[in-house]
Amino acid sequence: MLAYIIRRVAQSVLVLLVVGLVAFAMFRFVGDPVDNMLGQERTVADIERLRSELGLDQNFAVQYYKFLTNAVQGNFGLSYRQGRPVADILIERLPATLELAFVSGLLALIGGIGLGIYTAIRRRGISANIIMTASLIGVSLPTFLIGILLIYVFSVELGWLPSFGRGEVTFVNGWSTGFLTKSGLQALILPAITLGLYQMTLIMRLVRTEMLEVLRMDYIRFARARGIRERAINFRHALKNTLVPVITITGLQLGSIIAFAIITETVFQWPGVGLLFINAIQFVDIPVMAAYLMMISVMFVGINLIVDMLYFAIDPRLRVDRSAAGGH
Amino acid sequence: MKTKTVLAAALLATTAMTGASAETLRWARAGDSLTLDPHAQNEGPTHTLSHQIYEPLIIRDHSGEFQAALATDWAPKESDPNVWVFNLRQGVTYHDGADFTAEDVVFSINRAKSETSAMKELLTSITEVRAVDDHTVEFVTDGPNPILPANLTNLFMMDKGWAEENDAVAVQDVAGGETTFASSNTNGTGAFTLVSREPDVKTVLEANENYWGKDEFPLDVTEIIYTPIQNAATRVAALLSGEVDFIQDVPVQDLGRVGDTEGLVVKTAPQNRVIFFGMNMGADDIENDDVDGANPLADAKVRKAMSMAINRDAIKQVVMRDQSQPAGMIAPPFVNGWNEEMDSSATTDIEAAKALMEEAGYGDGFSIQLDCPNDRYVNDEAICQAAVGMLAQIGVTVNLDAKPKAQHFPLIENGETDFYMLGWGVPTYDSEYIFNFLVHTRGDERGSWNGTGYSNPELDEKIVSLASETDLEARNATINEIWQVVQEEQLYIPIHHQVLNWGMTDAVGTEVSPEDDPKFKFFEMN
Repeated sequence: MLAYIIRRVAQSVLVLLVVGLVAFAMFRFVGDPVDNMLGQERTVADIERLRSELGLDQNFAVQYYKFLTNAVQGNFGLSYRQGRPVADILIERLPATLELAFVSGLLALIGGIGLGIYTAIRRRGISANIIMTASLIGVSLPTFLIGILLIYVFSVELGWLPSFGRGEVTFVNGWSTGFLTKSGLQALILPAITLGLYQMTLIMRLVRTEMLEVLRMDYIRFARARGIRERAINFRHALKNTLVPVITITGLQLGSIIAFAIITETVFQWPGVGLLFINAIQFVDIPVMAAYLMMISVMFVGINLIVDMLYFAIDPRLRVDRSAAGGH
Repeated sequence: MKTKTVLAAALLATTAMTGASAETLRWARAGDSLTLDPHAQNEGPTHTLSHQIYEPLIIRDHSGEFQAALATDWAPKESDPNVWVFNLRQGVTYHDGADFTAEDVVFSINRAKSETSAMKELLTSITEVRAVDDHTVEFVTDGPNPILPANLTNLFMMDKGWAEENDAVAVQDVAGGETTFASSNTNGTGAFTLVSREPDVKTVLEANENYWGKDEFPLDVTEIIYTPIQNAATRVAALLSGEVDFIQDVPVQDLGRVGDTEGLVVKTAPQNRVIFFGMNMGADDIENDDVDGANPLADAKVRKAMSMAINRDAIKQVVMRDQSQPAGMIAPPFVNGWNEEMDSSATTDIEAAKALMEEAGYGDGFSIQLDCPNDRYVNDEAICQAAVGMLAQIGVTVNLDAKPKAQHFPLIENGETDFYMLGWGVPTYDSEYIFNFLVHTRGDERGSWNGTGYSNPELDEKIVSLASETDLEARNATINEIWQVVQEEQLYIPIHHQVLNWGMTDAVGTEVSPEDDPKFKFFEMN
């Protein structure tokens, strides 16, 4: 057990190092931060001075080594754009992204499971078919377009909901939250729908397929034969067995919700880490880009590690030593 | 019935009251200010925010003219042409109550001249600043500098005592440094004080009750809520839905939509920015062409032919939807040295262009790569695409390479492009600024944006002489001579002067400023 965990952790660290290297190598192609920092009136002498000040004149290996040694100590340097420590900026921006991801994840889960069950039970109903068709559109429309459409309908035409920003936020122990004010909650609705729609259709289709599968099982037929009410069959017996794969998928999708919040945050000017990342790219703010990519990869690697360990705990077959199992 | 009237009266009274006591202006633009330290960055949105809180000695009003701010008048000293004398406004206080004096001017200028300041390039001619008395300051320059005041319109005055107390004497070193007290706190003399700030999210300002100009300016706006909204569609939606009152940078394709909406107006004015193409004429051979061992761009005939092939009116109509003004020179009309004849000289003549190409020995044409930004100027990539088709008519096959500005500008900086788009604004409103950066031979101090490889020692000498020529007539004559050469050589291919569009509710009364920097003390609210 211990050996397995150590092996997995070591693998994770290796993955992070590779991600760091690839990300860092890519920065050489995103442009030159010096231009943005100096503006129109810079002289050639200024450019050289700033390059050496930032260490951009050093070779790639030295720059990467410095980045790694600092990053291990939790120091991601100063943002070129804001001149503040990157770690501070990330911590400041994280609540917005996490709250948005949480709400859209919840929305996707509740909406997805509810609609999934409905379309499975009413397989041949008209409304179920309409939902299924609509979900196809939801999957194929790009996030950007969905966001703009929602803004157009609910902000511009109807004037019900705000088109941008987080509304009023309150601070609880340094965590900025929009959950406690009316404008904060209103501001959450459109971006949460935009971000959660794809996941919702995914979960819905998954639940429907699994549910249809389960409903065909013998024990359901026996239950029916025994005269148990349809409602109880559907929700007590069938649903329970449907949810196992759904939970696995949802866990994995949470990571991608946070990572793919970038587009939604740009459309709604949502002040989270995704918008921060986009700003950083435009300004070639290398420390912020590097820290963000590392943060996202740590998150993904972490989730995968936990999932693997859970499998290990659940599935006894994995515990058999490999050398012993390798006989066939 | 009776209760209804009372209610209505009460409602009226409250709305009337709020109308008189608080006029909140909700303002959005694409980018946020980068820092609150007024000397740390030399960048449009940063200066715009600083202008509300801090003040320079002289400002430009919304028509681009000088207006007295913290100085009441200024003139070269009669006994010594190397000295400018500024008389300061009396009775001005900072937001914390401290008096504004000559000491603060000396302090601020020296601060802005320090190594980490981004404003120092505008002050290189100043060798000393001295306080004669509490309200008189003298600027000593190395040789006479006739256009010194033009360099001070974005140079903000800070309180010496406040900076010393709060350890903010040094300018925030954005590149290597730390954050300072001054990068997140303010103490200016301006019409608005800072209430709260979250970078990239929201900044709130409120009217300064003790502002010196209370009777001089409308000062109708009593609160400003500034929210950057990056996405153009969202920005327009926020204006359409009434969530903001005033936006800068209305996208060209949405102008009609905003203008046709009840209660909204779009105001348009030429911007202080020219869009043009640069050509690498200095290299013996250029990289991305199909001519071996020669540089077709080195021949002025080719450059002229290329300029003639560009149909600026078509670009204006089709690409810019009328939101541009065709240009024949790379100076905007506000700038000293601009002349109408040169600016209207660019005409399209395909036949004559072909003849010139033939004469230059490129009758069969050649191919070349055009480097173009796609996120910097209004419709930049579309303009380049249009140019590709137009140049094809005279046999110049253009391979277009459009990329983000962060990758485009280093090409010019490193001399890695043969044919490129660039836009240029002139904050000093004087041609010298254009010549220094775009015409002078590339060196450590000058010519940093000259990607053409053009080098003319005689012209360089003339350019340098402008800095200390006090006889304005002689100076203007030299400027004109330099322009003649620039035009004759077809150093650049001018395309157009960009046009600015501001969108606002009809309650907001303002004209568009050519620098794209609204100063809210001038705004009237109906």
